[in-house]
Amino acid sequence: MANDNVASGMSNNEFLTFILGQEEYGIDILKVQEIRGYDAVTGIANMPEFIKGVINLRGIIVPIVDLRIKFGLPDVTYDAFTVVIILNLGTRVVGIVVDSVSDVLTLKAEQIRAVPELSAKLDTRYILGLGTVDERMLILVDIEQLMLGQEMALVDEVLA
Amino acid sequence: MSIDITQFYQVFFEEAAEHLATMESLLLGLDVSDPSLDELNAIFRSAHSIKGGSGTFGFDDMTQVTHILENLLDRLRKQEMKLTDEMVNVFLDAGDVIHMQLDAHRGEGVVDQDRVTAVCDKLASLTADTPHAAPAVNAVEDNSDSGFFDDVPPLAPVASQDESYGFFTDEPVADAGYGFFDDEPVAPSVDAGYGFFDEEAVLSDAAEFAMVAVAHDAAQGYGMFVDEPTQFPSTPQQAQQEAQQGYGFFKKIVPVVDSKPAAPAESVVVRKASEKAAVSASGDTSIRVNVEKVDQLINLVGELVITQAMLAESAGHIDGVLSEKLQAGLHQLERNTRDLQEVIMSVRMLPISFVFSRFPRVVRDLAAKLGKQVELKTLGEGTELDKGLIEKIADPLTHLVRNSLDHGIESPDVRVAKGKPPKGTITLKASHQGGNIVIDVSDDGGGLNRSKILSKARERGMALRDDMTDSEVWMLIFEAGFSTADVVSDVSGRGVGMDVVKRNIAAMGGRVDIDSVEGMGSRISIRLPLTLAILDGLSVAVGEQTYIIPLAYIIESLQMADSDLRTVSGGGHLVHVRGEYLPVVALHELFKLPRNDTIDSRIVVIVESDGKKVALLVDELIGQHQVVIKSLESNFRKLPGISGATIMGDGKVALILDVSVICLAPSRQNKLEA
Repeated sequence: MANDNVASGMSNNEFLTFILGQEEYGIDILKVQEIRGYDAVTGIANMPEFIKGVINLRGIIVPIVDLRIKFGLPDVTYDAFTVVIILNLGTRVVGIVVDSVSDVLTLKAEQIRAVPELSAKLDTRYILGLGTVDERMLILVDIEQLMLGQEMALVDEVLA
Repeated sequence: MSIDITQFYQVFFEEAAEHLATMESLLLGLDVSDPSLDELNAIFRSAHSIKGGSGTFGFDDMTQVTHILENLLDRLRKQEMKLTDEMVNVFLDAGDVIHMQLDAHRGEGVVDQDRVTAVCDKLASLTADTPHAAPAVNAVEDNSDSGFFDDVPPLAPVASQDESYGFFTDEPVADAGYGFFDDEPVAPSVDAGYGFFDEEAVLSDAAEFAMVAVAHDAAQGYGMFVDEPTQFPSTPQQAQQEAQQGYGFFKKIVPVVDSKPAAPAESVVVRKASEKAAVSASGDTSIRVNVEKVDQLINLVGELVITQAMLAESAGHIDGVLSEKLQAGLHQLERNTRDLQEVIMSVRMLPISFVFSRFPRVVRDLAAKLGKQVELKTLGEGTELDKGLIEKIADPLTHLVRNSLDHGIESPDVRVAKGKPPKGTITLKASHQGGNIVIDVSDDGGGLNRSKILSKARERGMALRDDMTDSEVWMLIFEAGFSTADVVSDVSGRGVGMDVVKRNIAAMGGRVDIDSVEGMGSRISIRLPLTLAILDGLSVAVGEQTYIIPLAYIIESLQMADSDLRTVSGGGHLVHVRGEYLPVVALHELFKLPRNDTIDSRIVVIVESDGKKVALLVDELIGQHQVVIKSLESNFRKLPGISGATIMGDGKVALILDVSVICLAPSRQNKLEA
């Protein structure tokens, strides 16, 4: 299962990149449904702080996760420039709040490096690899595993 | 070229299930002493269609059972045998067996092979009984005596009965040939050769004839008998003899032997034929649609309504000449969307007869088992409700009907002793009341016994007050494990069930009420919303948020006076309402919302679930709405204290409170647990 995801994440080499704090992340562009502003989120009680609530996305109820809070960034504001990336993960639709969306990049296999062991807020098993574009380093995230994993508390039954 | 036949399985399953249902309802409606041929034919056709379908798809086990069933039905239809109660029972059993096989092919459940064999054996033994040949012979004699053939041209020298039979002995499949009616129903050719018997010999099954004949009846209102309808005896048995004796060949048969029995039979047939025509007409104009597609439509229309509301709001801010035109257009749009929504909602609606139709069988079987005489009346079968509800209401209703039969209706001798007719009546009635559908299950049986219920409740150690009203006492029977039956039977008495009934109905957003008069009977009313997709709710503001409280749980909302609010050590609040002290649950505390301090609200909404009453403290009451329920779980997960979500007119999401969970909050230190 995990291998399939890695494979599918890697075989398609187009990534949407976004910025969180000082870091630049990349996710498989095929998982991205749309990008919209942060608006009219209905809060939910007794949820971890990073789950901001739910929105109405053309009639379906979509939960919103603020990755900035999840990754412990110090400066979290909501304004007209706050961006929500709506992800389509198989049967589920979820939204993530990021600082900004920067690029769509195509990476060649030789531009992707393996992840070294490290201790970070983001578990290395959710990192597909590190992409290098000129001097920039992209953290390529397996967004599906990350969002549907246990620690996101987004789903009742967690992916194996 | 090979066709993947499995893609048609689903269609076959659905159709076979429909045929089975038709067969069952016809069987139950059958008057055993004088079965209508039309009905027998219809039953036969259903069995035949199932047989044909199962053969095509290679479900041989079903083909086998239906084949045996068909044999017996065929003989009944040809009046070679007399229908008995036993046969009807075996037919019903066979229907169940076929249903079981059908389910097994669908991948739901397994086939109890012993039962299949038992039913097949029973059918076979019934079929093997000596046919009632005597009347046929008599009829032939009568006819030949009557000089029927006097003016019969050269062809049919039916000098004696023997000859007439001999005639056909060298024509082994002679009686298979009735199919010729099919070809020339009005003027069978006078072609002497009998050759057409050969042509039609393929139709080895006399069944085909009757089917064809009936088809003609329906289509042409007795096509072949149009000219002189009373001339021809109209039952297949007689028609059969006609054919055997060659009457059918001769258009002019002047003497009318027994027009008397024929006439009434015919009028019945014609009436049935027109009914049939009506049924088939409606059948032709309906299509099968995947439910998902309908749900998708409902969602889209829901969207349209919201978009329209948003447009209307923005248009309100526009000034000038254009505004008027825009407003007019928007009003038009509003009307159209509302109509569209109504129509699309109605697509999911099915008449409740889908559920009611199973009860004649349930009542019949159970009444027989219990030795009671019961008549089932159904009213308002055309009342429509959501397909989802139809599926869910069936079990609770079955339970209530069984209960009425077991506990309600007394045995015939007891009834007679009480001065009632020996035959009890159970009435199922469906009707619309406002935005709800009300289903009543009433019986004219013994009614509930207040003192018996109270003493049972005391035995079980339930908390009772001395001044309980009747309706409060009746509600005790919905408590888990409660049963007043003195003897536990396999029908009921274990006390499992009524609590489940109540819980299931509450889960559908409905409620149950009981009316009962001892000695006269009782009535249980189920009140349900029309659809699962829409909920009547009260929207309340708490801080910045809007929540929806389902109306079904709300008892009242009121403004507390300070003096009504009491505290209990440990921070618990109670409110004193009409002599009761109810725990107060402040929604902003429950949902950890910042409270706007400028509002010093004392508005509470009193809700009840599972007999627990709680006062919910809110900031403001906004209004009553019908809201479209949206699932939270499809993209998110179940949330404690929340049963779903909906989208308000401004496009924002509002959460729907799960009152049954919130009512437990006071006993859990105001914490929510899913």
